[in-house]
Amino acid sequence: MSAPEGDAAATAEAVARRSYGKLVAFLAARTRDVAAAEDALSEAFASALADWPRSGIPESPEGWLMTAAKRKLIDRARRAKTKDAAEPQLALMAEELGEMDTQDIPDKRLALMFACAHPAIEESIRAPLILQTVMGLSANAIASAFLTSPAAMAKRLVRAKDKIRDAGIPFEVPGREELAPRLSAVLDAIYATFSEGWSDPSDFDDVRRDLTGESLFMAQLVVQLMPLESEALGLAALMLHAEARRAARRDAEGEYVPLAEQDVTRWNIEQISEADILIRRAGGIEGLGRYEVEAALQSAHALRRLTGRNNWAEIVALYDALLAMQGSPVVAINRALAIAEIDGPTIALDALPHPDSDARLANYQPYWAARAELLARWGAAAEAAQAYDLAIGLERDPAVRTFLLKRKARLGH
Amino acid sequence: MQYMLLLYSDEKAWATFSPAEQKAGLEQYAAYGEALRKAGAYVASDRLRDIKTATTVTVVSSKPQVMDGPFADTKEQLGGYYLIEAKSLDEAITWAARCPGASHGHVEVRPVWPMAGRADG
Repeated sequence: MSAPEGDAAATAEAVARRSYGKLVAFLAARTRDVAAAEDALSEAFASALADWPRSGIPESPEGWLMTAAKRKLIDRARRAKTKDAAEPQLALMAEELGEMDTQDIPDKRLALMFACAHPAIEESIRAPLILQTVMGLSANAIASAFLTSPAAMAKRLVRAKDKIRDAGIPFEVPGREELAPRLSAVLDAIYATFSEGWSDPSDFDDVRRDLTGESLFMAQLVVQLMPLESEALGLAALMLHAEARRAARRDAEGEYVPLAEQDVTRWNIEQISEADILIRRAGGIEGLGRYEVEAALQSAHALRRLTGRNNWAEIVALYDALLAMQGSPVVAINRALAIAEIDGPTIALDALPHPDSDARLANYQPYWAARAELLARWGAAAEAAQAYDLAIGLERDPAVRTFLLKRKARLGH
Repeated sequence: MQYMLLLYSDEKAWATFSPAEQKAGLEQYAAYGEALRKAGAYVASDRLRDIKTATTVTVVSSKPQVMDGPFADTKEQLGGYYLIEAKSLDEAITWAARCPGASHGHVEVRPVWPMAGRADG
């Protein structure tokens, strides 16, 4: 490949990464046809790769791609529809195309996110849908992140896009009265993406590592577009705190290091202060939500390690608040671990939820890991060993498995 | 539904592990089997001996032909399997991702094709 061609390819790729969601959102906003917008855009990228090496990289690559994609959309509409049905839409598009200021493409990504996380869209496909349409990730990458088959994921994404088009799901930010539940669906989808990425902090899984970056970008985008929503601020802060500790979660040998033993000099202090600024901003806004409390928890954990101050009572109080809000067994597990730091393992074991009351816990790795730690501290070596075995058997990160094997070996059982 | 998890990995790598690493590896497999049993997902599993012990048989024109070695020479070899019970492909994929074999090789997930009229089926 000659140098200019390489430049053109690199520019096209950079524009694709930076502008993909913006272009898809803008193209689909009028027609609600996300799949058609994506197809037109990918054809436009192909044209760019053919054209730019010859004619040079345009002054506004984004605007060039938008114009090319619009033409493709119009061509397609001409081919697909009868003249009568297509005419009004075509006229509108042609008009816009003529007068479009390519430097200033309106940002409809938030509207696209709200369409993807609409209540009519099945909850489990919302996060994958946002990843594909806003971030431009492939169905294959998304399937790996969510541990599902690529063929099935591709089919579900197509079905969801059909639904957006056929059911007339609006591309708009909802009004005040329904904003809170709708925004929390968007934030939950972003957080689901982040958690999938976070589950593998090791450097060899590019898909997962990128997912945390992509989802952090999306959370920051929501903050930028809705700066007065405390839950959006809380989510971005929560993710920044987690991200700030990424490097410290592995030692030089690539082994897993728990929070209590992390080398705080490897934490990203800029990200931590950025997170704390967001938390203070959220604190100044009325209302208290799940993400704001979770962000406060992360901040408290970071502060304890940075200053050595014992703040477990404050942490338990925050978990109490979160448990009252959410009632999730995941929160109850973390609360029990915090209780152990104040009242010891016996009381903490009583506070731990039980698989009898929630069947999901039986296959939930963090439950068995927490139970094993508490039993080990309590001195019940045989029971702890059994719990460690389940925690190891249910874990998919080899570094964490090795860490748990070492913990189990310390039982001397 | 039953799924077969077929574990492929470079079996030569195992010989390069220290005894401690081999012990840790076996412990991880034991823990994985334990988790499968606890979850009621375990049906059967076995580890296979090295590929050099393989013999391949085919009958061509009514005549059996027996060859030393595997049917296909590949970089990673079938080293064992887990037969599991799972509600869906996604659940089977979740178990495959937890399998230690997925971190040092590849796990192929295949749904079992139930055969009608089989005495045990």
